Amino acid sequence: MTPMQTPTTWAERTGLTERLLDIGIAVFLWAFRIIVLFVVVVGSLLTLARGRYSIEVWIDLIVGGLSLGAIYALIALGYTMVYGILRMINFAHGEIFMVGAFAGFFTGVYLAGTGLLTASPLSAVVGIAIMILMAMAVAALVALIAERIAYRPLRNAPRLVLLISAIGVSFFLQYTVRGLFGPGIYAYPSVPFLAEPVDLPLLSILRLKWLDVLVIGSAIGMMLALYLFVMRSRAGTAIRAVSEDKATAALMGIDVNRAIVTTFAIGAAMAGAAGVLYGLMFRQIFFFSGFVPGIKAFTAAVLGGIGNIPGAMVGGFLLGELESVGPTLFLDGLGVPSPNQLKDVIAFTILVLVLIFRPQGIMGERLSRSRA
Amino acid sequence: MKLRKLGIIGAAGALAISATVPAVAQAPEDPLGVISIPAGEPLHIAFWGVLSGADSSLGTDSMRGVEIAVDDRGGKLLDLDIQLTSEDGGCTPEGGANAAQKLAADTTIVGLVGSTCSDETVGGIAAITAAGLTTISPANTRPTLTAPDRGPEYAGYLRTAHSDAFQGLAVAQWAVDQGITKAATIHDGSAYAEALQQVFADSFVELGGEITVQEAVSKGQTDMKSVLTTIAATGPELIYLPVFVAEGGFIVAQTSEVAGLENVTLAGSDGIFSADFLNAAGPNVEGMYLSSPDFTAFQSGYADFLAKHQEKYGQAPLSVFHAHAYDATNILFAALEQVATTDADGTTYIPKGALRDAIYATTDFQGLTGVLSCSPSGDCGAPVIGVYQISAENVANNSLPTAPVWPVR
Amino acid sequence: MTAVTAPPPTVAPIASARDLWLSVAIRTGLIAGATALYLCLTGIVPTFDSRPLIRDVITLGQVALVVAFMAAGLGTAIRLGTQASPGRTVLGGTVAGLIAGAMLSALVLLGSVVDLRAMFLHASPALWNVLTFEMGTSGFWVPAAVGAVLGGLAAAIWLLPGALRMSLLAGLAMVLVMGLFAGLLRAPMLSGPLSGLARQLFAAEGLQPIGALLSFAAGAILVPLFRPSRIRARAQRLSREQRRVTAVPLGGVLLLLVLLLPLGLGPFVAQVVALIALYVLMGLGLNITLGLAGLLDLGFVAFFAVGAYTVGLLTSTGEYGIAQWSFWAAVPVAVVIAMLFGVVLGLPLLGMRGDYLAIATLGFGEIIRILAGSDLLKPWLGGPRGITNIPKPLDVGPDSFLAGPNQIYYIALACAAVIAFVAWRLRASRLGRAWIAIREDEDVAEALGVNLVQTKILAYMLGAAFAGLGGAIFASLYGSVFPSSIQLLVSINVVAIIIVGGMGSIPGVVVGAIVLIGLPELFREFSEYRFLFYGAVLILMMRFRPEGLIPSRIGRQEMHHDAAEDDPLTATAAVEPS
Repeated sequence: MTPMQTPTTWAERTGLTERLLDIGIAVFLWAFRIIVLFVVVVGSLLTLARGRYSIEVWIDLIVGGLSLGAIYALIALGYTMVYGILRMINFAHGEIFMVGAFAGFFTGVYLAGTGLLTASPLSAVVGIAIMILMAMAVAALVALIAERIAYRPLRNAPRLVLLISAIGVSFFLQYTVRGLFGPGIYAYPSVPFLAEPVDLPLLSILRLKWLDVLVIGSAIGMMLALYLFVMRSRAGTAIRAVSEDKATAALMGIDVNRAIVTTFAIGAAMAGAAGVLYGLMFRQIFFFSGFVPGIKAFTAAVLGGIGNIPGAMVGGFLLGELESVGPTLFLDGLGVPSPNQLKDVIAFTILVLVLIFRPQGIMGERLSRSRA
Repeated sequence: MKLRKLGIIGAAGALAISATVPAVAQAPEDPLGVISIPAGEPLHIAFWGVLSGADSSLGTDSMRGVEIAVDDRGGKLLDLDIQLTSEDGGCTPEGGANAAQKLAADTTIVGLVGSTCSDETVGGIAAITAAGLTTISPANTRPTLTAPDRGPEYAGYLRTAHSDAFQGLAVAQWAVDQGITKAATIHDGSAYAEALQQVFADSFVELGGEITVQEAVSKGQTDMKSVLTTIAATGPELIYLPVFVAEGGFIVAQTSEVAGLENVTLAGSDGIFSADFLNAAGPNVEGMYLSSPDFTAFQSGYADFLAKHQEKYGQAPLSVFHAHAYDATNILFAALEQVATTDADGTTYIPKGALRDAIYATTDFQGLTGVLSCSPSGDCGAPVIGVYQISAENVANNSLPTAPVWPVR
Repeated sequence: MTAVTAPPPTVAPIASARDLWLSVAIRTGLIAGATALYLCLTGIVPTFDSRPLIRDVITLGQVALVVAFMAAGLGTAIRLGTQASPGRTVLGGTVAGLIAGAMLSALVLLGSVVDLRAMFLHASPALWNVLTFEMGTSGFWVPAAVGAVLGGLAAAIWLLPGALRMSLLAGLAMVLVMGLFAGLLRAPMLSGPLSGLARQLFAAEGLQPIGALLSFAAGAILVPLFRPSRIRARAQRLSREQRRVTAVPLGGVLLLLVLLLPLGLGPFVAQVVALIALYVLMGLGLNITLGLAGLLDLGFVAFFAVGAYTVGLLTSTGEYGIAQWSFWAAVPVAVVIAMLFGVVLGLPLLGMRGDYLAIATLGFGEIIRILAGSDLLKPWLGGPRGITNIPKPLDVGPDSFLAGPNQIYYIALACAAVIAFVAWRLRASRLGRAWIAIREDEDVAEALGVNLVQTKILAYMLGAAFAGLGGAIFASLYGSVFPSSIQLLVSINVVAIIIVGGMGSIPGVVVGAIVLIGLPELFREFSEYRFLFYGAVLILMMRFRPEGLIPSRIGRQEMHHDAAEDDPLTATAAVEPS
């Protein structure tokens, strides 16, 4: 919320210069919004008017954005859950994702050796499920160790201290993986079935590949499961209670520590699963693979309203679409050279714009004033 | 008590100074200075390159080439133990500057191999040249580093890697030989790809071709259809994409899905000359052309080298410049053997200026990457660039072609 | 609040019953063994085995294992405390060391049957040889035996009388420190009259045996004499007058040392200290935004980039230079432009709080980085090939003392001093108090008449100005600007410096920059593992000294306040309103 919108400040201010300053700022901020919206609208109209891209291209872009968004959303869930319960930016979450990708990779190499991934579509799905489960387990284990060593002792410290500790964990995990497996790039085993197009009557118009179905489907499935777990189960209720108010939750007989540990484990497992999906999609991983997706997922979590689980999903998919469709739609028509280089510029500008309109993110509500 | 202790240190110091005085008398003269290595001390060489961060496989690949070269000598040169120091340049100019400055301050270092990223050299070369030292880079490909008009601070810089001026030109010549007249390029925002596609574009235009559009993608981008659609609208016959594996894979995999690109030829460079790329790109990669150092022009020792690499590191090489690093190290060793002198009490002298001259004077050196001769502007590489074509068999076996289709011999 | 029952303490029950010594030993041994396994498999042991600590005696790789084994023994002895008999303590240490060693033995045995290398790069014959003194896998029993001996030895050392134990450990620590810094000390000595001494004390890598003995003696004798606690105690005994009298010459000597630093240690150290001074400067800038006003800015690198590119464009004699001004004319322009960016980027942030602010600023940093390297701005900024040929501020001959990094060092030092003064004066000012007020509680501050808009914008503006100055100096230090230098890591480094040094503390920023920027530079030779240590240092620092190395008085009070009064369960959200 901008200061201009609170009427009390008007009444209290007397100086003319202050008032002028405030007006100036208001004009600037509105100009910012208008310029961004102008670029978005005019750019889009010009691009569409030029008609260079067929409807298939747009469908492909949207599907690509959905796949990418699904991965962002899965990682963002971990960010947002940990934030909700500890008010902590878990900067190392991207590295947990990377560790999951590596666990899935080694499992996948073993499975590829047995021929499971190539035998038939069914066996491939079983194989991928094993990879994902393995990645979830390893990622959760690593996250729990990190929580025990680097976060739990700091629970009473200022949040910046936790942030720095998390940054330390991030470096530590990156270079541990580099030490263990080397700096080389590892190619994910190929699963031929995933590259085949989906030939179902209604879906064929979307030009999906089975990979897209797998990524988007499993991500949405896991998110639904998580949502039900948090809303319906006993442990989920405990987590919500603790993130609402730790002291009261403890008074009600909830084991606060256990709720926090469960949150870390679940968030990390989601990230680990996302790691395998990322590997299947991008085909290669290395020790630095977690950094950029981690930052993107953090952005997605904030975009949706940090601390809010549906918000993380919305934020993830929105960010994926912005990155995928945005450059072509907004900038191509304006004649910007190499618009795809600027996809992150678009994503972050829209983020700032959203935060100007809604400082608490798209779906974040209750956190805005009292706790953020 | 304190006083006594000081006495001990003082005595030890006096003893030490008196012990080493006589050696200096017979040292040879050199405009850049002479490094003297007392008997029992090792011969100190250094490697600098990127060993941390996202690009560290490039630096590690080169460093392993240096280590194998040292092993091949049994860890000894001129009857001295070889001491190898490595410094991280982080693939940035400031990292290169810090690494170079640190190495330049160490007066025991006789010669260097590095850097790996051209940015590191831009940042660090002044310090190395000022210290009278000479470095041979196995992996820098930026053309300006060995341009005839490079500044005096590059006096201590040579390389065994090919300049992108060669590779970009070679690809352009190949394209013209194929009868291609219209080409488009894609880079990924990295200094390597951006420079290489520019050299290609300039050479191609000079040779009479037309560049329809120069596009760019960003690292981590997955959907390339909009870029490809933009390119398709300009109607090129060739798309040149000197990028890296991830983006290259997505671009090639998606070419079949964009209308207007059915008959277009694809070409890439050594950044995607790897089996991982074939894996990532899928069936569309069949028929694609890749430029790379011509491995068939590599000498017979290369197979041996690969075997040693597998034995020592349990891995295949991580990048393409390990053999260049091996050669750079051996050129340095050969020059050291030429200029070093030893006096009666076993002190070895390395005149720095003579060493630099000896390296520049390298001719017909039998290296793994070819027969190498250094030019006055520091190019030692045997720039034998081959253009390879991926066959259906390559795709089926996920293996790289072994013989280039161009130049025709 | 006091009625809330905290979860039961997780501290392991100290061996109260007699036989518990064994369980303590086993647990400690397992932890030490896991650490040793980690050191082996990440390649630290085999890589550092080629780097001697004492020539022909022990390598750094072996030291890592020795430390792990001795930690097993010491840890057991410490946890047992006085509750076990001396014999039991030594036995416990031996068992702990044995377990730790046995885990490595198991690794070697496993490696002899399974090809671990398919997964772990460093599980190679070279590692087995390090672990078994070149005996290969048949010597698998060696680590267990060595572990048992060292574990028992360490426990025995713990039983020694206090003073002796301290001397012994200090001596060993001194050998380690001298061995690590040997190269750095030796290089400048070699070119001077001390070259003989240098060769006597230091080997090409690490220490000569005689140097190690002298280091041990120095550590064992000097450290107990000059224990920090003893000095502090003595200082406290001095009267205020006496303290002032001693402070002035001490400060003078310190100042002189700082000024003469490049003279004694050569251009590399000058470059590192110039870099430290640069980060001090930026740290002081962020200290206003973050330390005083509590605005978490993760996009500090944006203003750094603006400063660097402005100076680059205005002074470069190369392709993209537009004016070929001198450094001195370009710097004020760069600072003003950075300030303008601070205002322009700060305005949209006004309504955001806490972590929303963090991610928005991070976004700005990324936007600037991408734009700098983009094709869109390439005609003006050079794209990925950046701006080169940026001249040094002072046009002196190549042989001058001020050529190269030395002049940048003095310029950065002077700027840092000025900024430190400004920051110090600002904190006590009305504006400084307003910043602290909005850090503590924005709503209350506003209600008390603090103009949030002006105050916040001023904080962004000043922070940006300092970052811009840092970028300007950076550009001339390295003579070039590339988009690859505009990394998120720069922003993270600056934030980490402030927290590690101590929030709001000016000496803290200096110490933080030395620890987080200087040390990694000095240890550049351990290139592959630098960031591993960096991460570990951050974690350990936050764990054991969260208030920072040199906390400001207020910071320390806050920390104590938290620990003593706040309910541990609610403190997390309440302590730091950011």
